[in-house]
Amino acid sequence: MTEWTNEPGLCPLRSSGPRPAGLGAQAEVEETLKRIQSHKGVIGTMVVNAEGIPIRTTLDNSTTVQYAGLLHQLTVKARSTVRDIDPQNDLTFLRIRSKKHEIMVAPDKEYLLIVIQNPCE
Amino acid sequence: MVGIASPPLSSALEAQGRRSPRSAQARQGGAISMATRVQPWQLCPAGSAGAEALATGGAASPEGPGRPGPLQDETLGVASVPSQWRGVQGIRRETRSCQTASISTAEKAAQTRKHVDAQVQTEAPVPVSVPPTSLHDDPRLAAFLRRVEAMVIRELNKNWQSHAFDGFEVNWTEQQPTVTCLHTLGYPPAQGQGLHVTSVSWNTTGSVVACAYGRLDDGDWSTLKSFVCAWNLDRRGLNPRQPSAVVEVPSAVMCLAFHPTQPSHVAGGLYSGEVLVWDVSNPEDPLLWRTGLTDDTHTDPVYQVVWLPEPRHSHRFQVLSVATDGKVLLWQGLGAGQLQLTDGFALVVQQLPRNAKLKKPPRGETECSLAAEEAALTRMPSSVPLRAPAQLTFSPHGGPIYSVSCSPFHRNLFLSAGTDGHIHLYSMLQAQPLASLQLSHKYLFAVRWSPVRPLVFAAASGEGDVQLFDLQKSSQKPTVSIKQTQDESPVYCLEFNCQRTQLLAAGDAEGTVKGENKEGMSQLLR
Repeated sequence: MTEWTNEPGLCPLRSSGPRPAGLGAQAEVEETLKRIQSHKGVIGTMVVNAEGIPIRTTLDNSTTVQYAGLLHQLTVKARSTVRDIDPQNDLTFLRIRSKKHEIMVAPDKEYLLIVIQNPCE
Repeated sequence: MVGIASPPLSSALEAQGRRSPRSAQARQGGAISMATRVQPWQLCPAGSAGAEALATGGAASPEGPGRPGPLQDETLGVASVPSQWRGVQGIRRETRSCQTASISTAEKAAQTRKHVDAQVQTEAPVPVSVPPTSLHDDPRLAAFLRRVEAMVIRELNKNWQSHAFDGFEVNWTEQQPTVTCLHTLGYPPAQGQGLHVTSVSWNTTGSVVACAYGRLDDGDWSTLKSFVCAWNLDRRGLNPRQPSAVVEVPSAVMCLAFHPTQPSHVAGGLYSGEVLVWDVSNPEDPLLWRTGLTDDTHTDPVYQVVWLPEPRHSHRFQVLSVATDGKVLLWQGLGAGQLQLTDGFALVVQQLPRNAKLKKPPRGETECSLAAEEAALTRMPSSVPLRAPAQLTFSPHGGPIYSVSCSPFHRNLFLSAGTDGHIHLYSMLQAQPLASLQLSHKYLFAVRWSPVRPLVFAAASGEGDVQLFDLQKSSQKPTVSIKQTQDESPVYCLEFNCQRTQLLAAGDAEGTVKGENKEGMSQLLR
């Protein structure tokens, strides 16, 4: 597991080269999410699209929808804050430390990856 | 009526018959006809019959006795008298008619307005579902995950190993109460002589703070001139270097107390043992009363003066003074500017109850018993002069005690502070302290309960701190600690303002009085 993350090139799924879009890519997505989910202390993982609609999740529906909507807004706000401060700058990663969790958001132009971790577990 | 009318009628007929016997036949007929006519009379109702009888009688009589005339057969037609009674009756008949007034009727119609029925129904919440995976997104999604996965995993690892937030508590709710220093007051001539502020006092209106200058650290007899200064904090253009009133005193002033009702009267105790009362509103001749140096006065420095209401006159006050010679004396101001001794108590070590060991320094025992003394005073106001009323000795501190403060909210609670740096919380009912708290590694010079919050008190330490405690929050460490002096010189006295409860004055060895405003402490003090 770890060697995959440290050296992505060795990941057997990816090293299998370009594959027809469809089942192969879907399997890769599932694999990646599973890898992240199985990391220490991770409570939930979800992928949200640019409209704030969850696409993949490991949590239950209502929690997912709540997290997706709120974190999408927050990420948009954080990104605009960073870019307002310095137009050359951009948001790369968002970490939120709370009493119970740490919420990590990896933004992109199309998707958000949200990982909720319980750091003191 | 019938009975009366008939006899004359019948007699008249008889008389007629006797006078004309020839006509008896005819008369008979007439009589018969009469008789036939009479019969119905008797059957007639009374009213109309009487009237009829008189009428017929009247009609028959003129031909009888009045005119004898020639004899001839009289043929008397049948007199028929038409009965008139019905006619009379008919005339009397009235037609009456009656008609009711037309009944007014009105028609009204009421109709409700059109009403509309509406029905509302919430829809059953559609379970929000994650839309099914669209296959055509997969390649881009996979690319996105490929890009961010490494970073996320790195962060997850970092996060798991990080101890950066261990024990970190964000304080979102509670603001630290802040105490700000409003004024730093001082009198340069006194500070120049190196005098300390030995006592501060607020007057009854809460606007004037007075301080006494003296020395606490030097045990020698001194004739150094000293001062009592008063500042009116409400006065415009308050000059912290220039008091609004200065009283020069020939000896060091050790203690000060404003009169409970007179805003300008202040009592003070001198190092020489004298007790004086000044009127600070009169700068020319401020001295009102003095004890003078007589046999009655204290022979040692007076460390505390208190105004006490007279037992039966609550608006008149006496001055109670306590000194290290072991005497507690009660003074009454007389007209001649002389304070007259009215009562006294002595504390003699041999007479103290031996249930507690006492420390050597005389100040310790004096002030240690002061609480007992005050209690005794309130309970037995008629003590014999110079009697020793100490009833209970509380277990002592590890050194002399400088300050005692009785709780304004609980009659049995008091605090004491002394040179061992401890605060003891006592109940008047038991010798052992309820709680003991070390506040300082040096001396503690003053302790005062807050006049408004039952669990708040302030203490002045020899390290130059004023510490405010809220026992509700913590019984171990001070809620606020204020650095009063820069060079850690001691704070000798402090006093809460009973009128403006957010104010606290503290006097220190640098000869300054600081009026602290506990703006942020309002939650603590009110």
